[in-house]
Amino acid sequence: MRFVDEFRDADKARALAAKIAALCEPGRRYKLMEVCGGHTHTIYKHGLEDYLPEAVQLVHGPGCPVCVIPMGRVDDAIHLASQPDVIMTSFGDMMRVPGSGGSFFDANAEGTNIRMVYSPLDSLKIARQNPDKQVVFMAIGFETTAPSTAMTMLRAAREGLTNFSVFCNHVTIVPAIKAILDSPDLRLDGFIGPGHVSTVIGCRPYEFIASQYGKPVVTAGFEPLDILQSIYMLMVQLSQGRSEVENQYSRVVPWDGNQAALRAINETMELRPYFEWRGLGFISHSALKVREKYAAMDAELLFQVPGVRVADPKACQCGEVLKGVLKPWECKVFGTACTPETPIGTCMVSPEGACAAYYNFGRMNRNRVPEAQVTRA
Amino acid sequence: MTARDQRSWVDQALHEHDEHERLDELERDAGGRRQLPLADPEQQVLDRIDRARRRRPRVREERITMSHGAGGKATQTLIEAIFLDAFRNPLLEPLEDAAELTINGTRLALTTDSYVVKPLFFPGGDIGDLAVNGTVNDLSVAGATPLYLSAGFILEEGFPVADLSRVVESMAAAAAAAGVRIVTGDTKVVEKGKADGCYINTAGVGLIERDVILGAARARPGDAIIVSGPIGDHGITIMLARGELDIEADISSDTAPLNGLVAELLNAVPSVRAMRDATRGGVATILNEIAKAANVGVLVSEDNIPVRAEVRGASELLGIDPMYVACEGRLVAVVPGEEADHAVAAMRGHPLGEQAAVIGHVRAEQPGIVQLKTAFGGTRIVDLLVGDPLPRIC
Repeated sequence: MRFVDEFRDADKARALAAKIAALCEPGRRYKLMEVCGGHTHTIYKHGLEDYLPEAVQLVHGPGCPVCVIPMGRVDDAIHLASQPDVIMTSFGDMMRVPGSGGSFFDANAEGTNIRMVYSPLDSLKIARQNPDKQVVFMAIGFETTAPSTAMTMLRAAREGLTNFSVFCNHVTIVPAIKAILDSPDLRLDGFIGPGHVSTVIGCRPYEFIASQYGKPVVTAGFEPLDILQSIYMLMVQLSQGRSEVENQYSRVVPWDGNQAALRAINETMELRPYFEWRGLGFISHSALKVREKYAAMDAELLFQVPGVRVADPKACQCGEVLKGVLKPWECKVFGTACTPETPIGTCMVSPEGACAAYYNFGRMNRNRVPEAQVTRA
Repeated sequence: MTARDQRSWVDQALHEHDEHERLDELERDAGGRRQLPLADPEQQVLDRIDRARRRRPRVREERITMSHGAGGKATQTLIEAIFLDAFRNPLLEPLEDAAELTINGTRLALTTDSYVVKPLFFPGGDIGDLAVNGTVNDLSVAGATPLYLSAGFILEEGFPVADLSRVVESMAAAAAAAGVRIVTGDTKVVEKGKADGCYINTAGVGLIERDVILGAARARPGDAIIVSGPIGDHGITIMLARGELDIEADISSDTAPLNGLVAELLNAVPSVRAMRDATRGGVATILNEIAKAANVGVLVSEDNIPVRAEVRGASELLGIDPMYVACEGRLVAVVPGEEADHAVAAMRGHPLGEQAAVIGHVRAEQPGIVQLKTAFGGTRIVDLLVGDPLPRIC
């Protein structure tokens, strides 16, 4: 299939693997974080680690939209959905995330009407078809999905729909990366920059990582060769002692981002003073809320939202996994008490979550390709 | 579920976890020197997970969710923990597509299936031919010649009679094509809103005339795994037919009776070990069932799995793996390795098996685990599906 197969070419992968292995300095270990959950998914789904020498280790980052939603927000959403005459719409990923009283699926079994949608725009269709109901869209995601929420709000406003609102949980990536860089328990050598987020915000916002923290960043696409190439580009920078922001995904990511999308976000949403991230705690200016101008579409103002904080189960180590301090299998309950079927933590829920990816795809002994085996005389 | 229930659920899971840890430790100590050298930490975790997966499954949810009907992990847990537990008997226990009964020395196969597909009519078929073919196929892969079917209808008040006639006509046509007769039935009507138009249940009886013994547990290292044609057509067709995705593709359901193809295969290769028709949960689920039932490893190669370009394209767009997408006219066969070419040639001689292909083999390593060699050249696990990407597919 065109535009897919050429990015999954095993011959090219072997050639890149040999080049990466050749750049490894003897005795040095390399820890590279892929920020984005989509990358984590690609890495495991295609078995990309087979191509990496043992010295190059991928650390999975916080960029999984579902994983960073705290339990309290899930409870709040279910509370909203339980109000009379409310239909909630949500991306499918969110349906199985456990709150303190169960997931959306469990809530539906108890009588709420939470429907899966593929696009926020589908919520408008539901709102038009059900004029006597309030349709609330559970908005989640980084800057990747925020524009589609924004466009939906703009369209709802244009159509004069009065029964549509947004429960806004959009978060922004840069404060999360900064929190990780400032975290004392992790030493990283470089970052594979999030590709989809960068289509919206561009590469410029990452410049502080290179200039202030001295870590190279390569924004990468989502096919396995994209990621392998970006690892190679990071290794080249490290071998030359450089730290710069580079764009591997230039076929999609403009350096300055997508101005129209940023305008749409800016028109409808503004930064919250602070927001709780699962496992990372409260981070200031790290999330978006609906702007006052669109207050009529802000579910947090239209309904009473309890806004309770729910502590994660003690055994859950999602925070450490999200920060990359722990590998998924190093969590105490990984794969035994916490499985994709009955997840305790969010990282086990979304296909982009590091634990789910490792459990579903990577739970096995790995055989590296010969090119990735570093042998030195 | 109240907040307290959930917490107690987590507490209970954690308590069990600690208890199993303790038992594992005791076992290790009792095993003493036999177990050295101690594996690396990651391997220890993998072993622990392996033990956890072999434990008796339990349904933790308080209510049925859509996942319980998806054909993946939750369905399997429900079947094993609730149904098998209550009905347990040696005929049911293999959990094959059909049960094998011997009455006065005659071997029969018996199966049943309910159909709740939405929409009722879709490119390539409708709920009627699906209901006949599905049951014919469950009998066929048990090695039986399908003979008689029952048909039960649950109709919603207000359902158009014209639609019912259309469904029933395609059932009649499908039965004629498969050479079976519908010999008994039942009709129930429920209030408007209590069913989605029309649900159908069919049961079927077939005669096992051949001297074959089939079963997923019979797979042995060295066996070849064959699929009879491109996978995922039905599931993707249904998904697109719902019109919720604004994707169009020239693709239709593969719903078809497999008894002819099975006959060709068994005539050529009587030593076939197992056959399954790949419905809900797709080929991936079947491979896992084989790995579990026979306690063997399975290794398949992504490059060898036939998938139509349209199905692959739609799957890529939707983030779905075709390995998990339902078919309604494809089977997976396990045959001794040395018979693989012979089996593929026989299947290719039948119109429904023109694109039959060996997709992988059974091996002794990593028992219970299905691995995929990806087209990219890496390896990964193909596990049972969790969650429900495509509800009500059949």
